[in-house]
Amino acid sequence: MAALTSAPARRPRRRPAGVRQAGSERLFNRVALGVLIALALLWLVPLLWAVITSVRPPGEIAREPTSWFTAHPTLSSYRQILASGRMPYWYLNSFITSALTTLLAVVTASLAAFALSRLRFRYRRPVFLLVLAGVMVPPQVLMIPQFLSLEATGLLNTYWAVVLPQVPNVVAVFVFKQFFDGIPTELTDAARADGASWLRIYAQIVMPLSRPAISAVTIFAFVWSWNNFLWPLLVVTDPQMMTLPVGLNSTQDAFGLPQAQLMASAVLGALPLLTVFLFFQRRIVEGIAGTGLK
Amino acid sequence: MSAASGAAPNSQADVGGSGGDGPGAGGAVRARGSRHGRWTAPGMLLPFGVFYVVFLLGPLVYTAVAGFFGGSLVKGGLGRWVGLKNYREALGSADFWSSLGHTFYFTLLTTVPLVLIALVLALLADRFARGRWFFRLAFFAPFMLPSAVISLLFMWIFADEIGLAQGVVKWFGVETPPSWLGDPDWAMISVAAATVWWTVGFNFVLYLAALQEIPAEVHEAAAMDGAGPWQRLRLVVVPMLGRATTLVAVLQLVASLKVFDQIYMMTSGGPDDSTRPSLLYIYQTGFTDGRTGYASTVSLLLFVVILLVSLVWFAMVRRTEKGS
Repeated sequence: MAALTSAPARRPRRRPAGVRQAGSERLFNRVALGVLIALALLWLVPLLWAVITSVRPPGEIAREPTSWFTAHPTLSSYRQILASGRMPYWYLNSFITSALTTLLAVVTASLAAFALSRLRFRYRRPVFLLVLAGVMVPPQVLMIPQFLSLEATGLLNTYWAVVLPQVPNVVAVFVFKQFFDGIPTELTDAARADGASWLRIYAQIVMPLSRPAISAVTIFAFVWSWNNFLWPLLVVTDPQMMTLPVGLNSTQDAFGLPQAQLMASAVLGALPLLTVFLFFQRRIVEGIAGTGLK
Repeated sequence: MSAASGAAPNSQADVGGSGGDGPGAGGAVRARGSRHGRWTAPGMLLPFGVFYVVFLLGPLVYTAVAGFFGGSLVKGGLGRWVGLKNYREALGSADFWSSLGHTFYFTLLTTVPLVLIALVLALLADRFARGRWFFRLAFFAPFMLPSAVISLLFMWIFADEIGLAQGVVKWFGVETPPSWLGDPDWAMISVAAATVWWTVGFNFVLYLAALQEIPAEVHEAAAMDGAGPWQRLRLVVVPMLGRATTLVAVLQLVASLKVFDQIYMMTSGGPDDSTRPSLLYIYQTGFTDGRTGYASTVSLLLFVVILLVSLVWFAMVRRTEKGS
């Protein structure tokens, strides 16, 4: 279909060379589309297979494990997982910790970025470079001191243990600063002339103008925190306090859980962020393109 | 707290600037360039700064220092000074080197396909304005999922006897397919394949963005000159993606060097430690064996490796920053 839409645009050129070119163009587009669709379908296989497995009755899976068809689709695996498991807690824990992390990250990073973008103060450049340098420190190599300090403060197995170390988000500072730099200084200068404090300018002028940056940082901080595995694995051992990824991992350790239930938990684990993705597809994709390349 | 300190001192600073201790010129500069109180900037930086120092800078310094001590999880604290003993032990340890080797092996197995497949997918998808949402959904949606979901899916796919992967290979006529996650020769390759499926969408999106920045005139000019679609891709478009490729590759290298989740869940580093990456080695020495001092040493060594790679990224960002 896309091949058809691009062809008419080239039709007006009636010179022989043009015609031949349109032909090769069309062929190339058709091959490209075919390859692309084949790969896209291949990419959907694991998720589809998980969904199909999750609705098959266990007896059928035992007889024919790799079959794509089921004669008796059933939601019993989902019911069992939701009734017996701790899945609802994990959803809630993941939501609370991710929301808290995101809120703190957005507020602290945007305040710092505002100072770095709008205020002129001594050591501004070194401070900015120091913050930016933080992007090169993978939090994973800091797990030992982070764990020791949270253990010392008695915060293990609390939401704070999961949240606090994830708050300093250097990329968020960078994204906010880039965005603030693009806001015309006339706006803030005029407000300054009227006697507004910088904090008011930040809260009432700059932040309301920065919705794209805020939503990009919010989505990323949230998704990143939601998907974080290693850190909550270390600081949360109480099954009631686990986040979704850590809880799912413990499901998998539970020996003898039927395949259908394992796949049902995988599907349930995938649902929240798949929903987020479907709603914010454009935002997410544009956000990645913006933060990754600039 | 920054609210009070941010708003109040402004007037003071302005007064101080004109009549205070500084020379007149300094006061004038301050008044023109920055009419704000001495504490406004620090106040706004403070909340982030506290988190940054407590959870990033501080732990980094602690890791560097703790590497020279024999700290243990049970006793707590830094422990006894041991000088370079941890470093000698790590650099002489077969486990340290093999885990670093596995990390590199995983990085190689993932980075190359993740850059190449993403490039090809983006080049193909860029040709079609309609239906792009479908390709984005298919390729990018997996990237949004937690590693635990990926591991559950692929442990089922790679399962012995009943898994989809063995079924497919048998269908192609291989009678005794390998135990994907149970065979030391195949385990890392299987984990890498799952990782490629999981994360290729991120690079795909980065490449698509780079492709969209190429102006339509470039394509049109090349077409006018008689270049066919394949020639245009090879001679015009791909060379223009050099910068994007460097960034994608560096981001990918750094991400792959930090591999932990899917290996921890799918193979636990086995069979026979054949897939254990550096982070899992740190996790095991630090938390299973409780040797926090030694694990700090290994952490610092891994950090240096990752740092060398990400310095390239940092240099590029700084150049962009200066340019804008």
